[in-house]
Amino acid sequence: MTRLAWRGGLLLAAWLLPAGLALALAIGAPGEFASDAERTQYETLIRELRCTVCQGETIHESNAALAGDMRERVYEMTRDGQSAAAIVDFMVSRYGDYVRYRPPLQANTALLWASPLLLLLAGGGVWWRVVRQRRATTAPPTFTAEERAALERLRRGD
Amino acid sequence: MKWRLLLPLAAVMALLGVLLVGLGLNSRELPSPLVGQPAPAFTLTALEDPERVLTEADFIGEVALVNVWATWCSTCRAEKPLLMELAGRGIPIHGINYRDERAAARRYLAISDNPYRTIAFDPEGDAGLEWGVYATPETYLLDAKGVIRYKRTGPLSRELIRDEVLPLIDELRAEQREGTS
Repeated sequence: MTRLAWRGGLLLAAWLLPAGLALALAIGAPGEFASDAERTQYETLIRELRCTVCQGETIHESNAALAGDMRERVYEMTRDGQSAAAIVDFMVSRYGDYVRYRPPLQANTALLWASPLLLLLAGGGVWWRVVRQRRATTAPPTFTAEERAALERLRRGD
Repeated sequence: MKWRLLLPLAAVMALLGVLLVGLGLNSRELPSPLVGQPAPAFTLTALEDPERVLTEADFIGEVALVNVWATWCSTCRAEKPLLMELAGRGIPIHGINYRDERAAARRYLAISDNPYRTIAFDPEGDAGLEWGVYATPETYLLDAKGVIRYKRTGPLSRELIRDEVLPLIDELRAEQREGTS
């Protein structure tokens, strides 16, 4: 019985090992790094570069072939001792600013960066007006002496 | 007092307008930073001959198109008759066979038309990365000096060829004649 279990286990391992290996290769697990700094740079960069095919994903998340190519290039350039800025510049010079997952603050993205603040200001303005108007309508009414007298008569039922 | 009532309506209309414009935009069409840049360097082998080395210099010399294609790319297959027409008009077209298999690509060209003068075989997508390829087919227009003057991501269409590609080719050829005379 135990022997059978052993054999089963071995068979399972023989099946799973290549599958796992293939998966690791498909995802493009990087090889060795010379230092932790290199590894950190690689891990950071693949989360900051966008896969231009599957536009909502970084090249870290994407399974597209192109993302694999880009990860490989980031890996090679990192191993070559290139700086993060140089690698990002390399990608931007080929795929454009869009490849940066976090858009840089520059002239053509100023509106994009300012939009949360602008929306907040606009919302604040609307809120302020609404509050002011409401205060005006809920303020206790003020009556003249004549009106008061008239109201008093009405209440008494004259 | 009336303008106050109209204000939300105007705001909604403005938002709808922005969204409508957004609908018309194609988020796949990214502006290429390569337009105006020299053709990126590569070293690959010729599709027909694994012994023959091709570089970007083999694409440069006259006004020419560079088309990135693959047999697995059905849009590329659909685009090919248009490339045949362009080749028939005497426009040189070079190919980058992208992430393909050599045998499959050669078989495909053997049983159908071949619009390409030279074809660089790029199985790993190395040249593709240098050229900023992300959605085949892609077509670049090089001037005689090898500077990229136009890029189309996705298939060419008859309208694009008529309205953009052919006029630009005429312009670049005139530029070339002026430069040499």
